Amino acid sequence: MKTICLYFQIHQPFRLKPYRFFDMGHDDYYYDDYNNETIVRRIADNCYLPSNKILLELIKKHKGNFKISFSISGTAIDQFQLYAPDVIESFQKLAETNCVEFLGETYAHSLVGLKDENEFKKQVIKHSDKIEQLFGKRPQVFRNTELIYSNQIGHMVDDMGFKAVLTEGAQNILGWKSPNYLYHHPVHSNLKVLLKNYKLSDDIAFRFSNINWSQWPLTAKKYVSWLNEINKEEEIINLFMDYETFGEHQKKEIGIFSFLQSLPDEVFKQTSFSFKTPFETSLHHKPIAPINIETPISWADENRDLSAWLGNELQHEAFNKLYALKEKIQLCNDNKLLLNWQYLQTSDHFYYMCTKHCSDGDVHAYFNPYENPYAAFMNYMNVLNDFSIRLNKAIENNKSQTSKHEKTVKQLSCELV
Amino acid sequence: MKVLMFGWEFPPHISGGLGTACYGLTKGLSCIKDLDILFVVPKTHGDEEENKMKLIGASDVSVLKRELDVKAFKKTIEYLEVKSKLMPYVDPEDFKHQTGYTVEEAGAFLKTDDQGKIPFSGKYGNNLLTEIANYSVVAKVISEDHNFDIIHAHDWLTYPAGIAAKQASGKPLVIHVHATDFDRSGGKVNPVVYDIEKKGMEAADSIITVSNLTRKIVIEKYGISPEKVSTIYNAVEPLVDEGKMLKKGFDEKIVTFLGRITMQKGPEYFIEAANKVLNKMDNVRFVMAGSGDMMKKMIHQVAELGISDKFHFTGFLKGDDVFDMLKMSDVYIMPSVSEPFGISPLEAMQANVPVIISHQSGVAEMLKHAIKTDYWDVDAMADAIHSLINYPVMSKMFKTRGKSEVTSIKWESSARKVYNLYKETLIAN
Repeated sequence: MKTICLYFQIHQPFRLKPYRFFDMGHDDYYYDDYNNETIVRRIADNCYLPSNKILLELIKKHKGNFKISFSISGTAIDQFQLYAPDVIESFQKLAETNCVEFLGETYAHSLVGLKDENEFKKQVIKHSDKIEQLFGKRPQVFRNTELIYSNQIGHMVDDMGFKAVLTEGAQNILGWKSPNYLYHHPVHSNLKVLLKNYKLSDDIAFRFSNINWSQWPLTAKKYVSWLNEINKEEEIINLFMDYETFGEHQKKEIGIFSFLQSLPDEVFKQTSFSFKTPFETSLHHKPIAPINIETPISWADENRDLSAWLGNELQHEAFNKLYALKEKIQLCNDNKLLLNWQYLQTSDHFYYMCTKHCSDGDVHAYFNPYENPYAAFMNYMNVLNDFSIRLNKAIENNKSQTSKHEKTVKQLSCELV
Repeated sequence: MKVLMFGWEFPPHISGGLGTACYGLTKGLSCIKDLDILFVVPKTHGDEEENKMKLIGASDVSVLKRELDVKAFKKTIEYLEVKSKLMPYVDPEDFKHQTGYTVEEAGAFLKTDDQGKIPFSGKYGNNLLTEIANYSVVAKVISEDHNFDIIHAHDWLTYPAGIAAKQASGKPLVIHVHATDFDRSGGKVNPVVYDIEKKGMEAADSIITVSNLTRKIVIEKYGISPEKVSTIYNAVEPLVDEGKMLKKGFDEKIVTFLGRITMQKGPEYFIEAANKVLNKMDNVRFVMAGSGDMMKKMIHQVAELGISDKFHFTGFLKGDDVFDMLKMSDVYIMPSVSEPFGISPLEAMQANVPVIISHQSGVAEMLKHAIKTDYWDVDAMADAIHSLINYPVMSKMFKTRGKSEVTSIKWESSARKVYNLYKETLIAN
């Protein structure tokens, strides 16, 4: 039986407020509450809540035959808890149907997987804990920030016990191969790799509302007919996209919700496909071959590489300065600092510093609070410098307290002698 | 196609932005094969060429005709110098030097600043208007004596000349707005100047503005129909010789404001930003290079803030000193309140200096590798200065990317757009 595997990404960063250098040392709150709340609330109303409602109805209607998966970043969950608790509840209702799988990722939607194994694992565990606590089940399948993946990342998540991992079906990796099969890690053959079918995914995520597209308007009927045109041998269609596709990027008025509503009906009517979650897919299908990915790939832009986050000098500088603090973080036990440490790692901060000028610029501009990459860099560095000052202070305090403690112990032991 | 162009000064007598723009554009146009230019300029320099001038037509104004063979040009252009006391702008001392007149005498016609603003005190006004009228009479005579297809007039002092030429020849008129009186006066518009500007715009078949900022002013403040107003950005002459590196006599970073110290340029915002930076850090010095009517007030402001040990005034800089000042600088800042275009940040970028410019400048519309803030947002300005000094990677990136960006801004491509506009204007007529 052939499989359609649906996965939707939900992520929101904690956007930084304008933070001037003269705030350094005076202001330890970095976030733009107003913007964050406004954006989260808007997307909750435009997308998360109405889409969740539709998906819940579809799951009930199709009595367990319609299945989906989500990955929700920790920073998105934290913001839902702050600004839109109703969104959490609606995801919990979906979780109760047992037709929904929640995937693992790094808590802060960070790029740490490219930098440090220990810190990476910590963040993945922190995220898994949160998902288990909210939705009752520990993730078994992993997807890294922006589908960034390489053999090395596969190695780390295999080590953590994940059974499968999702990434982009990038043309430069696949060559003549098709993304429509299950693959496995070249060394850890137990780790399955699911590859995004970017053509069919992007038809919905990017082209749906494009009236200049030859296929516009796209109906569920037409879309499903394309699934039938796929080579009979091929087994899996992985449709991976941002959840904001539904109602935010593609507007309700253009008919994205009715598309979603009629998609499963059309699939059942026209095809022999069934819906499976990523974990079920990884169990049900046999991997056809190893997939070897030496250099990290991602699902971003034309290049499917890291250049959107680590493409220019500004991004590298900020990234290196951030992770230069990781040794010191080990010595820190201040909860507020540790939380900031998470939030400052979110990949979006680096994305805002991107200087690529191409059609992708539009996507980069979305939700971007900065006028240009330089403004993003300046603001981030100011915040990071303040954070670094505070971290140093906290560690100094720790040391002096420890030495005080040691002194007291010595004194007491002397007295005892 | 032949253009009758009413322009301004040519090398070696260029004294500011308008002259630079006129020269650059003409040079760019000279690269276009089937385009010829008849260039007319008011000539005030009382030098040796005066005796070569001849009287033309019925007017008692002398005109010198010569073939101008500027090395940089792709071809020679016809060049007419009209004896007139009109000048685009002039520094009082400079003016004395060039003409031998005393400032008081010259002031009778043209005590103007860099944007051509004339402080009308009533008693001078009529003389200037007479001068403008005389110039347009000459324009009429010239247009009767020559063949051409289209007329191009640069900035308000030449609009009446353009109109006169249009009336005499029936050829279409393009006017080029390098600035309006709204920029020069900070909103306190001189009604006489406004009137001349508005008449020019209304008579024109097409209007070129140097930025969308200026385009908006032309449409909104002068009530001109948007269809006939097009923005064509200025460019910058490529750097011929980068010269040798200059060694500073101290380690501190230098942040430079370079321009006229007038209200339009926003010097007081620069001082406020400098003060904010100096409150937080020490290894930096600020320089205000230039002169202008607000200079004394600025010196007082600096003294009052108690930052005189770190804030320096150079006075008016000439020629190579300007470029040397740029080369010594680590940051260039232009906090203009209203700047139709602003070529000088481009020159700073050529000298490898990162630039901070205000959103209220036309050049901000086209530049990618510049930090942009509002002129009044001294916090953002201070923050940008701090970042450029403290985050070296940023400064480095600005230098390399800024340099390659500025290298790609060529007069040839501006000229090509102007040429296309000529063609459209001719078709529409």
